[in-house]
Amino acid sequence: MRKYSPILLLFILILFPIAVRDHYHQHLMILVLMWVVIGSGWNVIAGYTGQVSFGDAAFFGTGAYTAGLFVTKLGISAWWGMLFGGIAAMAIAFPFGWICFRLRGAYFALATLALNEVMRHIATIWESLTDGMVGILVMQTFVSKVPYYYIALGLAVISVIGVQIIMGSKWGYYFVSIREDQDAAESLGINTHYYKMLSLNVAAFLTGMAGALFMNYMGFIDPEVVFSLHDISIMAILVGIVGGVGTLYGPVVGAFVMVAVHEFFRTGFFGFFKGIAALTGSDMITVFAKYVMQAHVLGFGILVVLVILLLPNGIVGDWNLIVKKIFPVKTREVTS
Amino acid sequence: MSLFEIKNLVKYFGGLAAVNNVSFKVEKGEIFGLIGPNGSGKTTMFNLISDYYNPTSGKIYFKGEDITGFKTHKICRLGIGRTFQVVKPLGRMSVLDNVIAAAFSRVNTKHQAHDLAMETLEFCELVHRKDVLAKSLPIGERKRLEITRAMATKPELLLLDETAAGLNPSELDAAIELIKRIRDKGVTIIIIEHIMKVIMTISDRIHAINFGQTIAEGTPQEMANSPAVIEAYLGEEYAHS
Amino acid sequence: MEVFLQTLVSGILKGGLYGLIGMGMSLIMGVMGIINLAHGALMMVGMYITFACFTYAGIDPYLTIFISMPSLFLLGMLIQKYTLNPLMEVESILPENQVLMTVGIAMVLTEVARFVFSSDYKSVRTSYSGDTFFIGDISFSVALVAAFFIALAFTLCMFWFLLKTDLGRSIRATAQDKDAALLMGVNSKRITILTFGLGSALVAAAGTILMPVYYLFPDIGGPFTRKAFVITILGGLGSTVGAIFGGLTLGLAEAFGATYIGMAYDDMIGLLIFILVLLFIPGGFKRLLKV
Ligand SMILES: Nc1ncnc2c1ncn2[C@@H]1O[C@H](COP(=O)(O)OP(=O)(O)OP(=O)(O)O)[C@@H](O)[C@H]1O
Ligand SMILES: [Mg+2]
Repeated sequence: MRKYSPILLLFILILFPIAVRDHYHQHLMILVLMWVVIGSGWNVIAGYTGQVSFGDAAFFGTGAYTAGLFVTKLGISAWWGMLFGGIAAMAIAFPFGWICFRLRGAYFALATLALNEVMRHIATIWESLTDGMVGILVMQTFVSKVPYYYIALGLAVISVIGVQIIMGSKWGYYFVSIREDQDAAESLGINTHYYKMLSLNVAAFLTGMAGALFMNYMGFIDPEVVFSLHDISIMAILVGIVGGVGTLYGPVVGAFVMVAVHEFFRTGFFGFFKGIAALTGSDMITVFAKYVMQAHVLGFGILVVLVILLLPNGIVGDWNLIVKKIFPVKTREVTS
Repeated sequence: MSLFEIKNLVKYFGGLAAVNNVSFKVEKGEIFGLIGPNGSGKTTMFNLISDYYNPTSGKIYFKGEDITGFKTHKICRLGIGRTFQVVKPLGRMSVLDNVIAAAFSRVNTKHQAHDLAMETLEFCELVHRKDVLAKSLPIGERKRLEITRAMATKPELLLLDETAAGLNPSELDAAIELIKRIRDKGVTIIIIEHIMKVIMTISDRIHAINFGQTIAEGTPQEMANSPAVIEAYLGEEYAHS
Repeated sequence: MEVFLQTLVSGILKGGLYGLIGMGMSLIMGVMGIINLAHGALMMVGMYITFACFTYAGIDPYLTIFISMPSLFLLGMLIQKYTLNPLMEVESILPENQVLMTVGIAMVLTEVARFVFSSDYKSVRTSYSGDTFFIGDISFSVALVAAFFIALAFTLCMFWFLLKTDLGRSIRATAQDKDAALLMGVNSKRITILTFGLGSALVAAAGTILMPVYYLFPDIGGPFTRKAFVITILGGLGSTVGAIFGGLTLGLAEAFGATYIGMAYDDMIGLLIFILVLLFIPGGFKRLLKV
């Protein structure tokens, strides 16, 4: 059963846009698939290699801007960005990793945070290239959401399978060895600096591709959106952690959950409070509902705190722990 | 030409000379013991050889080549394997995966690495534990995993740092037997050990240091009779008896 | 020349404040080994306390130090006790989950501030906010000079505390070697809680004395967190003396950058320094000064 569940899931995902025709849910699913790609990338560098990135937006935004600039500056299709966005992100990741991985400890995490900010500043200040805060607007290729859905699905499947292949190879063993003990890894002949770089570049490539997909799909980007610390970098971490750190399907679960949660806050618990306000006619609840809808960052913050406290290894990673908490009696029977 | 040689090796930590002008040669195929009281600089010497620290001065030669300052991973690939006194298992990987990761230093495909790892696990008699997470092994088996992992990198020279410490008597005999089998495979060994039974029975030659300085070198027999060693290392009781 | 001197002066004045901000961060870094990414948010809370006391109770902003510091000391201790310390016990794959936690806390603090005070810019304007005096042709803002000397006083007090008191010595011992400190009977949990409180109180003080000449909005924490970690990296992770030098360097660099390159690059300059330090002096000033 376990073996076939990925195939079953893929089957459902292929049928989804045929079964569910309304644009809103198709839109959400496209976002989920995009986050599967980003989450998989984050998981490679952070979950498997143990080098936590706080600045995935740097790669995401680079990919998105590459795709956008292809249209505005070179006059070629933004779809080329799908490949070159990934490559551009790697071009950032390469020198960056080379500098940061010479040092151990907190440096890398901080440097990614700094990179995130630097890239946002560059995109804002370099107006002759990027149009600064105005952003980039391109014509969308398709009116329907369905083609985007299948492109996103293809990308997500490629990411998951790609990560699976990498993790089953020498690279994967080396990544996890570095996470577990860098000294031991070196003593086993692993060039830790080089393999951390490789891992970061895999992550950057996937994230850059997701950025290019975002540009193509949304048709509009600006520095605040694609280089956003909260909505991209922190979201990427949450997708990575909530699903399961260092597990293949963790990012898939994480993407579903986090897009749902994001939407949940954004819509004020799917209009729950709005409904109550309309029902009771209470002014206070109307105000409250309005606030809840604005407060999705607060919700995210609380979620970060709770997830790290209670589920540091995510739903897939801490599955046994969750089961134990919910069904304490049952597991006791099993262990005894 | 000796297989391995260190010349006038010095390492200062701030004002403290942890290793102070030590030289020795190790010949191919021998088991070379390194002894000294706690804090005398033995582990530091291994860390200098595998480039965890840069020596303050001095040279290290392996097969005639000056390897001083070579990166740790490169030294492993040249054929010097090591274990850690404070064991460093790759905790959340299975025992087999620990050894596969090491085997990848010699082969490139998963298949070959798996075979080499299984072969090594069998040689080191740890194969029955292959699916256990490394962090859940008891200390005796962790030490054995250290050796297994180092062996999977196919070393010509193996540095063992107190791999017998903390073992019970039967484990101790098994460890001695394993070390001898490794030697019989043609691997040269430098071994740090406090347990006299181990060091005296398996070493061909022994080098003793105290406060980072050489105090004696010779066969186990010569060491047992050396006043300097008896006083510094075995303690006063032995010196008087 | 005049421009140069004026820039130098404003850089040094700013640098003194930055030193105070960086010191709180360095203390926490030293003892817990983590970068506190909620540092700027804690400063923001301190600033709102000053703003509220001034606006609603008419208390002079400098006097509100006696409210903002204890409040933040308490808040910091609570954060450490109930969110960071529990993480030491859970087994997690990611080494940085304490740092992540501080990110979450920063988000919560920022949004709560937005809920209470809205996103609007707030400021505290006293009768002396705009006062200046001159030495030669160089103008000095009274409030900034006052802030500089208060920051200096706090910094000196901190050094006295760390060097001369038992508690201070325990903190330094824990920062140097956790295990050894534990063996010597230092209660490391208590130390971490006190340290986080202290670091928060220091940054609150910095926020408070900045209020008469600065403005305030909920997201102000982010840029200050970035400044603080640039200072900490510059100073060498965990070094309090280094943090002072780091603060001065950043203050000067920002001042000269704003004068000679352009205001828009303010935040970029810090980040540029960060990258340069990583490239050329990876250990920060701590390594250069051997402190
Ligand atoms: N990284 C370091 N920094 C400072 N001093 C160190 C460091 N590593 C070792 N030392 C010091 O160097 C000396 C030698 O230590 P070393 O670990 O080499 O001793 P050892 O002979 O292996 O002792 P043991 O038998 O207890 O393992 C000790 O005084 C130790 O405190
Ligand atoms: Mg030792």
